[in-house]
Amino acid sequence: MEDPAAKVKALLLKSSSESQLSLYDHLVQVLMKVIDEETHNAVDVFEDLSHHVKQCSLEERQSVLKDFPQPTPAELLAEQQRLLFVCTDDADQEEDLVEMALPNVSELRFFLEQAGVGLGREEMQRICLALKQLVDSEALLCCRLWGKILGTRSSYIVAEAECREGLEEEEQSAESTLEQEERHDDTKEKHVNEKDPLPQTNFKPPPVVPKEAIGTGANKFVYYVCNEPGLPWAKLPLVSPAQITAARHIRKFFTGRLDTPIVSYPPFPGNETNYLRAQIARISAGTQASPQGFYQMVEEEGDEEDEVLRDSYEVNPDFEGIPTAEMSESLSTWVHHVQHILQQGRCTWVNLATKAGDDSNEEEGDEREEAENEPEPEVGPSLLTPVSQDAEMFNSPPWSTKLSSRLTPQHAVAVLHSNLWPGAVTYACGKKFDNIYMGWGLKYVGEGHSPALPPLPQKEFPSGPEISEAVDPSVEEEQALEEALEEQEAAQEATEESDEDQEEDD
Amino acid sequence: MDANTLYCSLELVAGSGHTLNSEQRAALQTSLVILRKNYKFKRVLFWGKIMGLKEDYFIAQGRGEDELKDRTSLYSFNCIDWLQLPPATDALINHVTTAAKGRFIGDPSFVYDHDPQQRPGTEKQAEEVMAAKVTEEMRLAVTVHLIDEEVSVVPRGAFVKRPHGLVQLNPSFSGLSESEAIKLDNYLHFSEPKNLKKKSILELGELNPAIDFLDVLSDDIPKGSWSLQLECAGRVCVLRSLLWLGLTFYHVPMTQQHGYIYMGYGNKNLDLPFML
Repeated sequence: MEDPAAKVKALLLKSSSESQLSLYDHLVQVLMKVIDEETHNAVDVFEDLSHHVKQCSLEERQSVLKDFPQPTPAELLAEQQRLLFVCTDDADQEEDLVEMALPNVSELRFFLEQAGVGLGREEMQRICLALKQLVDSEALLCCRLWGKILGTRSSYIVAEAECREGLEEEEQSAESTLEQEERHDDTKEKHVNEKDPLPQTNFKPPPVVPKEAIGTGANKFVYYVCNEPGLPWAKLPLVSPAQITAARHIRKFFTGRLDTPIVSYPPFPGNETNYLRAQIARISAGTQASPQGFYQMVEEEGDEEDEVLRDSYEVNPDFEGIPTAEMSESLSTWVHHVQHILQQGRCTWVNLATKAGDDSNEEEGDEREEAENEPEPEVGPSLLTPVSQDAEMFNSPPWSTKLSSRLTPQHAVAVLHSNLWPGAVTYACGKKFDNIYMGWGLKYVGEGHSPALPPLPQKEFPSGPEISEAVDPSVEEEQALEEALEEQEAAQEATEESDEDQEEDD
Repeated sequence: MDANTLYCSLELVAGSGHTLNSEQRAALQTSLVILRKNYKFKRVLFWGKIMGLKEDYFIAQGRGEDELKDRTSLYSFNCIDWLQLPPATDALINHVTTAAKGRFIGDPSFVYDHDPQQRPGTEKQAEEVMAAKVTEEMRLAVTVHLIDEEVSVVPRGAFVKRPHGLVQLNPSFSGLSESEAIKLDNYLHFSEPKNLKKKSILELGELNPAIDFLDVLSDDIPKGSWSLQLECAGRVCVLRSLLWLGLTFYHVPMTQQHGYIYMGYGNKNLDLPFML
């Protein structure tokens, strides 16, 4: 007589033909797992437990050789960010400069968090250390966190800096050598063509609006970007008016890689580096604001021409601070402190007509023509105009103000949001204020962006009899025509003679 | 994002630039607990913030037994007093999308003017349209519904479909691995699937019906409408939607932490094809 219990046990102990496991052993392992871990609601997750046990047993039986683990992106980044935390020993030398140049990012983070904007505590701390690295490596006069521009693959952290005077000269010489090289290439091409001259076109491209020099207008500050704090900073080139006018017509996301080409219509002169720089210039000009009275115009002695725009300002030492309640109520307590960019793409208007007419200045007739055709100078609002005078767009006000706290208004921070550039925020509390931009780098366009259409194709010259070709008559046709003409003449002479004869008869 | 983990998850999505200040966080911690008790939700989430010209709306969402279908949305101005939003029916959606344009104002009783010249139909139609006004509250409900419908994201395996058809959290979800987390295939839309039936039998054979009952993100058209990045020193995988700018999803690989939040202006980015 066989014990039915022994029979059942023997069945359970039978090892599977495929996996060499037996049900008995597997159940033992699963139950041991439940007992050891005291799994909550084990019956509901029983299948998962069983699956997990099977997976674990499989992994142990793998070969002794293990894969060399590939470094994850997190590990690579951590290695680079570790350098941020290294303390330099020669901090005694330029301590004063470093203290002034570096912004107090912890304070910035606190105020921005009250305003509802921020990047997280540890991230801001890493950004502060990265800015310190930037100031040390480039020896900048002063540096500010401008903001963060999000991109599809990676984002940009942007720092605004004022560079030393020596660097300015280096920049300008670098730019001029680039231009000289371009001219050399042009002349070389011309030499080749002289042997076999091709017909030259009369087309003269419209004159290019010149860039503004470093330290003035849209190029007042120099911008550095990096993808993550800890990675090396890249310097952005100067912005040209052509890039600003092109950037006004296109709408593109940033990808996060500076060398991405911008494929758009109208074609953008440059790649993502230039587009980024142009958007930064537009955002700064449109949204950087400060409490009224914080900055004052530099008083210039001597003659002042009416047309010269005053573009220099300095910190007002007598600024008392405006109460936050007042700042969150009225928009006239905030003023722009960055120059407005004109339609031309620059902050100071340049008359292109005079440049073209340099050769013919001697003749009076041409001067008169110039005076008639002279384009009107573009004038923008002067510096330090209140924000309340900005034009409304799309039926909504261009700015919104808020107070950061309802429950404790006495300690609250006044916040100014821009509605034209969503993501641009300014806060003010007592004597402190700052601007920051956190967004995608795009302007608000109301209902939808309507891209510029390509121009209509040029019309053909209207066809008329004077240009339409006629088939040349062949030799036989010419001869036939001559014979016909001769017959006609002969017939005419014959009729004339007969007329004369008739007259004579009469 | 789940109310229980609000304080640490806000740091993880802060890469988009928007956070809540300390007063709002404290208020949310208190009021969401009370909300859950009053409405008898199984789980309550902080859905996000829609910024208006004058005021911001804070939105919370409660989930019932079935996470996909039992969703109730509520809004508040001060994170303390919550008001329920009306459910978004198809008729309401059609009505609102034609009438409401521009930014949110911040006043739930604001009425959007419907331009009668847009509908050159019969007089009856014009009258019907004029009679039913579109308030900002209705627009808010429709916007929240559309965002959930189109761009809410969950990692694959985080939710299971139980035998009775209920969709619930998967307690044995241990997170996507590092290599899985950077592929868009492993993220699913958290709404009724539209593309599942169009898949071939070969593809369906590879899927696990308990986990893969939702649409995959990589099937979205246009391709490239999601931005996948590693943030916070490469530890957190962040997905941002380019269709509704402001929606951020985060997931920490190899852990159970995941969630999404919308901090934006409540407008759909219809220019997306021009911008990619």
